[in-house]
Amino acid sequence: MLHLGLIAALVLLQFILPAYHHGNLARIMVLSVFAMGYNIMFGYAGLLSLGHAMFFTAGMYGMGLSVRLWDIPVGPAFVIGIFAAAALSLVVGLLALRTIGVAFMIVTLMFSQAVFLTILYFNPITRGDEGFVIAQQVRQIAGLDLSNPTTRYFAALILFAICLLAVLWLVRSRAGRVLIAIRENEERARLLGYDTWAHKLAAVVMSGTMAGAAGAAYGVLFGSVGASFAEVPFSILPLLYVLLGGPGTVIGPFVGTLFMFYLRDLSSSLTDAHMLVAGVVLILLTLFARRGIMGIVRERWLKWLP
Amino acid sequence: MAAMMLLSTRKLSRHFGGLRAVENVDFDLPEGQIRALIGPNGAGKTTFVSMLCGRIPVSSGDITFAGENVTRLPAHKRIQRGMAYTFQITSVFSDLTVQENVALAVQSRLERGAVLAGEVAKALAKVGLQDRADQIAGDLAYGHQRLLEIAMGLGQSPRLLILDEPTQGLSDGEVNDFIALIKDVAKDTTILLIEHNIDVVMALADKITVMNFGEVIAEGTPQEIHENATVQTAYLGG
Ligand SMILES: Nc1ncnc2c1ncn2[C@@H]1O[C@H](COP(=O)(O)OP(=O)(O)OP(=O)(O)O)[C@@H](O)[C@H]1O
Ligand SMILES: [Mg+2]
Repeated sequence: MLHLGLIAALVLLQFILPAYHHGNLARIMVLSVFAMGYNIMFGYAGLLSLGHAMFFTAGMYGMGLSVRLWDIPVGPAFVIGIFAAAALSLVVGLLALRTIGVAFMIVTLMFSQAVFLTILYFNPITRGDEGFVIAQQVRQIAGLDLSNPTTRYFAALILFAICLLAVLWLVRSRAGRVLIAIRENEERARLLGYDTWAHKLAAVVMSGTMAGAAGAAYGVLFGSVGASFAEVPFSILPLLYVLLGGPGTVIGPFVGTLFMFYLRDLSSSLTDAHMLVAGVVLILLTLFARRGIMGIVRERWLKWLP
Repeated sequence: MAAMMLLSTRKLSRHFGGLRAVENVDFDLPEGQIRALIGPNGAGKTTFVSMLCGRIPVSSGDITFAGENVTRLPAHKRIQRGMAYTFQITSVFSDLTVQENVALAVQSRLERGAVLAGEVAKALAKVGLQDRADQIAGDLAYGHQRLLEIAMGLGQSPRLLILDEPTQGLSDGEVNDFIALIKDVAKDTTILLIEHNIDVVMALADKITVMNFGEVIAEGTPQEIHENATVQTAYLGG
């Protein structure tokens, strides 16, 4: 109910928001898809990745290069981007899940750096640092111009709604409950007869694929593809969004992205050290609000919140 | 062989560095029995049963369960074949409710989409936790967490239920309820019970296995073990 209400509210907002916030919200919805993907691994399965930028960029470049090199229309290119992210997350999952805890964090970080360096290395193809632009005239699906703000807003909303409902379905499913059990106490989950390794691998693939969908959508909707999306800070962002909004809650990632986006927006009039702001928020969160905004809401008022 | 052996081990060993926590244990448990496993602190009881259920790997030796060599099977596959293990050190999902804890135990053996609620309620009622179903497991008193641990074992409806010091921290009344409960469960479950409380052992066990320094030093009926001199010295620290 709450989740359908949120989707309905976002539909309504499209008609009332002033242009500036309207554009922001489209971006926030795409970024919160990235965060929702992150939340599947971190918030539900308890796996802390420091390399999610690689999945975002796999989606983004899978889409972008298909358009740039082979002139594939953005619709199919978007799907290719998602498959690229799914494939990468499967490989990374198979290798990284041999480790746990801090080692897992470092391995994901290293893989993500490897992806970043690969993009730079193949400069002639990827245009390295500079990145490239998806021309406005090809950003169309079924005759709809995705660079048009209203169309773009609805495209972002559709992706957001699909992912939100998918996560909701996941956490209510049998597998979702097992992921929570793994987060809480993996050994116990194993000794209740669950193949915890397979569940964790599935979580990595779902998580990476959703992050990739966000990356591909970002490229399609905002037209830019660049290596900066593969850098370390871009892996920290979803962690921050999720921590702020509430790990292990379905709408937490959206709430966190929304708050962080505007916090950054406000603070940019004072300072341009974005990562400093992010760092301060991170420290405050770990000290005073480990459960994040929606986690606190759940604890105090809405015990049933998934 | 009269009854079928549900579980056997041959030359089962586990070393931690130079420490021989379990050494060459041959063990046979027929289907339907209540077997008590006793021995002084550090005798290797937990290490032994941890190898049975796959929680820790063996150093050497073999484990056969229901006619199949399970020595190399991962824990979850052994559990799926009908073992259940309740932890000596309480290991419940402390941020989840009592009911969610048991649901996780029940869910792992039920068909997809089957209704859990009835089975969960049944397991909780057996240990007397039905009124606390919605409490957060970590908020329960220690004794109640022990009962929850047992309920999770029951919820799995195992063929072999391994209980590692289940009565530790229970009140006298709760211990008596536990004895009655296990007598009932044993009608269709084989039970391997690690227990320090000798009254519980005498009330329940069909047969007793005694371990000391990683080895089995005696095995027999409660009567035989009671009269066994080696066992007496082991316990008196001779
Ligand atoms: N993971 C481990 N690493 C090193 N040594 C261990 C480990 N687990 C157990 N041991 C050692 O192995 C021996 C047997 O321990 P175990 O826990 O099996 O004994 P126990 O019979 O269950 O004792 P208790 O009655 O106190 O529960 C002990 O000396 C213990 O210190
Ligand atoms: Mg022990």
